[in-house]
Amino acid sequence: MTDLDFRLDYTSWGRVVRAPHHVLKPRFVDTVPRLTDSEGSFLPVGMRRSYGDSVINSCNHLIDMTGVDRFHSFDEETGILHCDAGVTLDAVLRFSVPRGWFLATTPGTRFVTLGGALANDVHGKNHHRAGTFGCSVRSFGLIRSDGPPQRVERGGPLFEATLGGLGLTGIITDVEIELVRVESAYLNIERIAYGNIREFFALAHESGDRFEHTVSWIDCANGGDALGRGIFQRANWCRDGRLIPHGTKSGAVMPFDMPVRLLNGTTVRLFNTFYNALQKRGPRVQETHYAPFFYPLDSIRDWNRMYGGAGLYQYQCVIPSINAEDAIEALIRRIARSGAGSFLAVLKTFGERQSGGCLSFPFEGATLALDFANRKAETLSLMAQLDQIVEDAGGRLYPAKDGRMSAGMFQQGYPDWMRLRELKDPTITSDFWQRVSYC
Amino acid sequence: MLKRNIIILGALSAIAEETARLYAAKGANLVLAGRNEERLNQLAADLKIRGAAQCDVVAMDLSHEELVASTFAEMTSALNGKADGVYLFYGLLGDQRQEEGDITAALRNINVNFTSAAAWCLAAANQLERQASGVLIAVSSVAGDRGRQSNYIYGAGKAGLTVLVQGIAHRLAPKGARAVVAKLGFVDTPMTAHIAKKGLLWAKPAAVAARLVAAAEKPSLPVVYVPGFWRVIMTIICIVPAKIFHKTKL
Ligand SMILES: Cc1cc2nc3c(=O)[nH]c(=O)nc-3n(C[C@H](O)[C@H](O)[C@H](O)COP(=O)(O)OP(=O)(O)OC[C@H]3O[C@@H](n4cnc5c(N)ncnc54)[C@H](O)[C@@H]3O)c2cc1C
Ligand SMILES: NC(=O)c1ccc[n+]([C@@H]2O[C@H](COP(=O)([O-])OP(=O)(O)OC[C@H]3O[C@@H](n4cnc5c(N)ncnc54)[C@H](OP(=O)(O)O)[C@@H]3O)[C@@H](O)[C@H]2O)c1
Repeated sequence: MTDLDFRLDYTSWGRVVRAPHHVLKPRFVDTVPRLTDSEGSFLPVGMRRSYGDSVINSCNHLIDMTGVDRFHSFDEETGILHCDAGVTLDAVLRFSVPRGWFLATTPGTRFVTLGGALANDVHGKNHHRAGTFGCSVRSFGLIRSDGPPQRVERGGPLFEATLGGLGLTGIITDVEIELVRVESAYLNIERIAYGNIREFFALAHESGDRFEHTVSWIDCANGGDALGRGIFQRANWCRDGRLIPHGTKSGAVMPFDMPVRLLNGTTVRLFNTFYNALQKRGPRVQETHYAPFFYPLDSIRDWNRMYGGAGLYQYQCVIPSINAEDAIEALIRRIARSGAGSFLAVLKTFGERQSGGCLSFPFEGATLALDFANRKAETLSLMAQLDQIVEDAGGRLYPAKDGRMSAGMFQQGYPDWMRLRELKDPTITSDFWQRVSYC
Repeated sequence: MLKRNIIILGALSAIAEETARLYAAKGANLVLAGRNEERLNQLAADLKIRGAAQCDVVAMDLSHEELVASTFAEMTSALNGKADGVYLFYGLLGDQRQEEGDITAALRNINVNFTSAAAWCLAAANQLERQASGVLIAVSSVAGDRGRQSNYIYGAGKAGLTVLVQGIAHRLAPKGARAVVAKLGFVDTPMTAHIAKKGLLWAKPAAVAARLVAAAEKPSLPVVYVPGFWRVIMTIICIVPAKIFHKTKL
């Protein structure tokens, strides 16, 4: 590997860091570069829908796995699907929905690869029922620097270190997952306005058993009386046999970086109020295709450019159940006071089901996620204050969304992180790992 | 699009694979030819899951022109004697500087891009003429429009291919069959992985594949640029006087 031209166009979804990378893009497993062939370090990446620096390996090699994207087999009886790691959830659904199968769980965008979904052990709106993506993974192929490609089955230490292992245990080549049956591509969605965080928790509690999917949008911009109001959404699959996959058209494109000036507190406040009213006026129960329900932002390509050239941070934490109500309230209060809250804040409860991943983010409790335009020191100091609330409540942050948490916060939040360190491949690293594994 | 019988020469090319996926989704019968059998089998398994009714694999070095006539006959008989589409994708960019010093390597380049490709195109033309139906789509390059110091050996092969297929299109027109030669601009594929990327001029393989399939399935001119704006760019490049052109490093 002599050809060391660096390029600057490989960023993460948040686009805060623009580091030079030497990018390798294999199309077949046999053309994946050998990890021992270079002095520099490697990092496998997928669609780079992670927000922070877990997909950045400054001045070293990135292995873009999106070109390794073939289906191997599908069993119509059991729903077991075997694909290359670069296959996207988009491609899986386009294939599986007409046949009556869906992903056991899905994150809020379908433009992610199976490899990326596994390496972050992603979660979805049905976490309280289905657990994380890793719960549906049976096995995967892994290439490490210390031996030939291997098959990793559920249960072993390497399986558990790789689920949520941030790509650090090796290159995932292919993944075998279990799909679940659906009888329609549509869901019945019920929307309920709630006035405060206590009401949110009551709704979540009452809905968990009866609804497969629950999520809520919470207003983080308005202080005072409006604080903590939001829209709760709960949904179950229809059973009407309409198995129509999502369309291929990408819809609107965000063609340029919006100046951050346009995104100041006022705009955000206006947007939130508008959104709230719109949601309230709509019918309480609505039949909706899975695409707008699961993937509301996927219809605007490159929407991250709305946050301007300096990029954005996302902040996503999970708080254990016993402290959830107070901590979420404190977080919202702090964010509203800053006036820097984002278009969308998502609040959801997680269930108790675990995938076994030693660095999987979710645990039983509540998770809050929102975006901040990058205003440098101002944003960093606000997030540091939020960190304090999260830490005091026994919570932790989601590495897929993070680009700045301290080593101390990471190590305290993920007591099993040493297990990952033991099984990490020595030739693989990321900027994220360099930062959080510091002792 | 109806269910088609399609032969793909150079199926392991990135653009070829995207093209094959479009046909697979419509339940086509496919014959995939390329060099690496293991990779071709991976493609075949994938394309069957994506909907291809049949997917045969022919592993061979396509530049062996002495094998062309017999192999092409086997390919068509695998499709019950009828080919609705024959796509020629394989090509070799080569290392121009090295080929200038090593004439055998230069001739090898021309053999891949032109001589052997001509053999396949002529075999396809004979078949389509007999059938009085079907279309040949050959992938050429804007590099064949004007000889430039950086890639004229490759360009010469592609220029030859363009004229050959243009002629075949003329020959087939009264017979109910068609031929189209597509001159591609920059496409983001392994062939161009070493070139620093990627401005507005760079197309994605999937978008190029969609254009090629449109040219095969709908009425089309015999010579097309993909993407279309390259017609304008190449018209300008071709009219620049040599005096000025020779001062550039294009
Ligand atoms: C709009 C939006 C909504 C989102 N909603 C959710 C949500 O609801 N829930 C949730 O959990 N996440 C969510 N995310 C985050 C996203 O699901 C994860 O970041 C996901 O892992 C991204 O997958 P990717 O293919 O883009 O992988 P990347 O972001 O490229 O990589 C993610 C990690 O996987 C590793 N990796 C990728 N491919 C491989 C491979 N082949 N082998 C080894 N390691 C690999 C990388 O090293 C990196 O550590 C959302 C993101 C966006 C942009
Ligand atoms: N990419 C561009 O910018 C661009 C521009 C203009 C024209 N084109 C043309 O587009 C076509 C497709 O190329 P691509 O861009 O998709 O690049 P690619 O993925 O590198 O495809 C080229 C393919 O040609 C195959 N090939 C070369 N010699 C062969 C031989 N003797 N026998 C069998 N197969 C052979 C290669 O097979 P192996 O994998 O076995 O090497 C490879 O699969 C080519 O004809 C190219 O000239 C490309």
